[in-house]
Amino acid sequence: MRGRVWKFGANVDTDQIIPAEYLVTGDARELAKHVFEKARPGFAEKVRKGDILVADENFGCGSSREHAPRALIGAGISCVVAKSFARIFFRNAINIGLPVVECDVSAEDGDELEIDFEKGVIRNLTTNKSYVFKPLPEFLLNLLNSGGLVEYTKKRLSIYE
Amino acid sequence: MLFPLRQIFLMGAVNLLAMTIAEKILARAAGKDNVEPGEIVEAEVDYVMLNDVTGLPAFEVFEKFGVEPIKEKVVLIQDHYVPNKDVASAEQAKAMRLFARKYGIENYYEVGVSGICHQVMIEDGFAAPGRLIIGADSHTCSYGALGAFSTGVGSTEAASAMALGSLWFRVPETMKLVVDGEPGRYVMGKDIILHIIGDIGVDGALYKSMEFYGKAIEDMSLADRISMANMAIEAGGKAGIFPPDEKVFSYLEGRVKGSYTPVYADENAEYIETLEYNAADIPPTVAKPYLPSNVAPAAELGDVAIDQAYLGSCTNGRIEDLRIAAEIMRDRKVHENVRMIVVPASKKVYEQAIEEGLVKVFLEANAYVSGPTCGACLGGYMGVLAKGERCISSTNRNFVGRMGHKDSEVYLANPAVVAASALKGRITDPRELS
Ligand code: SF4
Repeated sequence: MRGRVWKFGANVDTDQIIPAEYLVTGDARELAKHVFEKARPGFAEKVRKGDILVADENFGCGSSREHAPRALIGAGISCVVAKSFARIFFRNAINIGLPVVECDVSAEDGDELEIDFEKGVIRNLTTNKSYVFKPLPEFLLNLLNSGGLVEYTKKRLSIYE
Repeated sequence: MLFPLRQIFLMGAVNLLAMTIAEKILARAAGKDNVEPGEIVEAEVDYVMLNDVTGLPAFEVFEKFGVEPIKEKVVLIQDHYVPNKDVASAEQAKAMRLFARKYGIENYYEVGVSGICHQVMIEDGFAAPGRLIIGADSHTCSYGALGAFSTGVGSTEAASAMALGSLWFRVPETMKLVVDGEPGRYVMGKDIILHIIGDIGVDGALYKSMEFYGKAIEDMSLADRISMANMAIEAGGKAGIFPPDEKVFSYLEGRVKGSYTPVYADENAEYIETLEYNAADIPPTVAKPYLPSNVAPAAELGDVAIDQAYLGSCTNGRIEDLRIAAEIMRDRKVHENVRMIVVPASKKVYEQAIEEGLVKVFLEANAYVSGPTCGACLGGYMGVLAKGERCISSTNRNFVGRMGHKDSEVYLANPAVVAASALKGRITDPRELS
């Protein structure tokens, strides 16, 4: 996977990702219109499909709103790379199929990143530096690869029948 | 079959079975003798709670499964944008109402009986020791005050759990927090948890369960423990758990749904970290914008003028909170430059506040009192801040734009500080008034 970087700092909270006043729809594309509206005005217009978010510690802290990763998916974000994630955001992202990577990467706005999920390597093509990360535990990787929790649940339900 | 195995473990390596409260509850719910931090388990949940904001996306996902929900586990509570703020929120609330009707969900809380979801979950006896409860709301961790393992999840997860009755969990590491000593006057659970978050940071307990011990915790009211468990998430925690005691058992009498089994940590359970605090060292504390960890003693912020004072929320909207605020505000008036908004956390709290004459005290002081809703706490409606405005708030989050305009500010504090500040028009340590 390759994409252009948007760089954020530490403790990017869910109110920044999608302000609470827009939590009146679950639709990813509707939500994407207001993504980072207060924290980084103009983001929603400039973001392109396949872009990657790079952030410092505790990305996605705050509320449990799944609207946050949904808004990012709606905006076309292909992956979030952060030093660490807030727990619920991390779960939500995997459950709805947004790849998340815990890794300390230095990158600036506009850098080009290449991510190899299987090998656990991120390359910053702009600075020509590489970073390794620990791939997700098998259970979660399967969850992500099988299309998230919805598909997983469907499978489980059909086993019960 | 299981019993002899346990015996063998006991003989072989005692430590293998020593578990924290979180580990024990997850092990029990996963049908296992033993779990370890980092392990991913599939565990049976006791309840799945949804509110009007997180409900709608969950219902949409749920319909893809083509099954009936496991009804007795589902609790639906209208609280965030009700009574409806606008057409969009009306549609959202309607989606929950229709879902409840379609599947005959008994535990459905409509406007007029409901309250802030976490207060209802506690008041109506869903939360109890030893239970595993998930809620599509981050402050679901509140029920740890009663010795439950409860944690916030997303809407898709809640939908999946309504269908399967279970969900995946990563067994968290557990931190032990010991708070000894006697807290000073007007120092509440809120101050202790703000102090702890100030110390360890907003990711200080990331992915972890926090277990609370010590004399100050034992002496503390259940209401204050709920405020503390509520804010475990503000330290990044997955749960904030208090070993259940007499106070919890007597609170649950006549209110708890079904039976429950208290769970305690083993003596030699392993903690990733142990932190000790003395309550006597902690003053009435305020978290300045824009992080709950940005704390300072209220007494040092006397120059900070405020436009609004908010008393309410799942953190501090209980009767105990209203009582202490009313005690400070009795026969006094809210400062002319301040709007004070008081929102009891539930219908029951509201009724009791009327009965005890607290609502009268607030009204006489020129505070605005409403029925329960999340409203202003999340910048939804009924108390939204304009550009440049500042609010002292008994809630749990002070992020950029949390209660309104991106250039508005939220200062978090306990109900006594909120009340004293409302009277003075600036942030005030309540000890200054007496
Ligand atoms: S009162 Fe505030 S923090 Fe509590 S559930 Fe409602 S919006 Fe969330």
